Amino acid sequence: MLELKNISFEVRDEQGAGSREILKDVSLCLEDREFMVITGPNGSGKSTLAKIIMGIVKPTRGQIVFDGTDITEADVTERARMRIGYAFQQPVRFKGINVSDLLRLAAGHELSNDQACRYLSEVGLCAVDYINREINASLSGGELKRIEIATLLARGTRLSVFDEPEAGIDLWSFQNLTRIFEKMRNDHNSAAIIISHQERILRIADTIVMLADGRVVKQGSRQEVMPYLMAHAEPCEIGKNFCPDLQRLA
Amino acid sequence: MNSNAERILETVAGFRQLPEGAFNIRHNGKGVNLRNSPGISIIPRKDGKGITVKVKPGTVGEVMHIPVVIDQSGIIDLVYNDFFIGEDCDIEIMAGCGIHNDGLHLTQHDGIHTFHIGRNSRVRYVEKHYGSGGTAKKVLNPVTNLYLAEGAYMEMDTVQIEGVDTTKRVTNAKLLEKATLVVKEKLLTSGNQTATTDYEIDLDGCGAGVNLVSRSVAKGSSMQEFLSKINGNNECHGHSECDAIIMDNAVVTAIPVVRANHVDASLIHEAAIGKIAGEQITKLLTLGLTQEEAEAEIVNGFLR
Repeated sequence: MLELKNISFEVRDEQGAGSREILKDVSLCLEDREFMVITGPNGSGKSTLAKIIMGIVKPTRGQIVFDGTDITEADVTERARMRIGYAFQQPVRFKGINVSDLLRLAAGHELSNDQACRYLSEVGLCAVDYINREINASLSGGELKRIEIATLLARGTRLSVFDEPEAGIDLWSFQNLTRIFEKMRNDHNSAAIIISHQERILRIADTIVMLADGRVVKQGSRQEVMPYLMAHAEPCEIGKNFCPDLQRLA
Repeated sequence: MNSNAERILETVAGFRQLPEGAFNIRHNGKGVNLRNSPGISIIPRKDGKGITVKVKPGTVGEVMHIPVVIDQSGIIDLVYNDFFIGEDCDIEIMAGCGIHNDGLHLTQHDGIHTFHIGRNSRVRYVEKHYGSGGTAKKVLNPVTNLYLAEGAYMEMDTVQIEGVDTTKRVTNAKLLEKATLVVKEKLLTSGNQTATTDYEIDLDGCGAGVNLVSRSVAKGSSMQEFLSKINGNNECHGHSECDAIIMDNAVVTAIPVVRANHVDASLIHEAAIGKIAGEQITKLLTLGLTQEEAEAEIVNGFLR
């Protein structure tokens, strides 16, 4: 379904004198209905890779093929119309655009109240309370995140890219989130790429790609990659301070 | 009325057939149709330049329409409309002015509206302005004077949709004890249009309050100026907010002033001017919209 071939992305450094490579020769392949999690430390290039797949960022080198078509030069709108969807890590706020507007735009046609409410119910939001709410600062980060996921449901995407979908949904359960991923796969035969650090997300992946310093350091099935990740996981700074004996997580 | 006039009437007033309740329709500088209702009497001025409206105390649930349509180039129409609204009323007044100017001459409507709102009455006042036609100037300069008695409440929704070359909108208000004024202004300018809105609100009574919110979009080479002055003359609360999207080569100025003349006056002003956030466009692109469609959705939502 999706193939990234030797993707690299460089940015000019702040002084403008040199350049810095954010992604280095990244190649990966996603099959129909596959559920891929891309993980790795902060700054490893995960979000940049997600933006490259959606067309928000253009790679410096490399090729992207989607359903047999070279989409490297396709812009965001063209990719969206090929039914590639993208859920932002930090959902965007608007003044004046409300939840039903965004769902209508996502679906690409007028939606009945019932249809709009169904998408909201799927993400655990009471439709009556939210359907006419403006997508502005009055909504919490968690509410925005769920609305963001509801827009992808409304789009009926072939490929969905989620940038850290679990962030801010503490009050909702991971179980619900994974149920939605499953539903998208079943209803639309769709595949998903999920950027995540969360072990609970990793545990439901078909395949896992680990990035570090802009390179793919490990990729394969969950069964192959999970033991590697667990063996190489480092405790966070807080963990180190509170558990000085803990050098490595088993 | 011809088809242009009917189209404008529908745009600014929302009807082609005569509405229910009281109304006064003004066409090309003259009152052409008028009806009273049980609670609302409309009395034309003897000089033909406007109306006096009397609303009986206790009138509840009535809606009055007072649209103005001009489709004859060269008309300069100055109108005085005075409203005397009794105590304990709850009514809506739907005003609006549309100019279609296909000729060569400046066409202008200056409506001076003065409202005396009685104690504990609620009034919702809606005003839509619209222009269409050729390149000859279409000008609208409304003046609204508001006197709110004790406990009165007024909501004023004003919209300038498009096509008005020049507008200067002046609103003056005096609020007595526990009176409340809510103003929602929506404004869109494009091309070389200019728009000035100028509010001066006196919060004279204890417990009086105003919430003044202006949202505008300036496109092309248009120029907008937002002036608001809230004077807190008693224990009161006032809030003004000017939020503008600027596009192309437009110019927007916001000058909010809050002046506390009393130690218990609580006054806030906010002003924000900026282009459409890039991330908002990107979000809508990811939903399959083009750049132009995304901008239009953002602008339409902002001005809704």
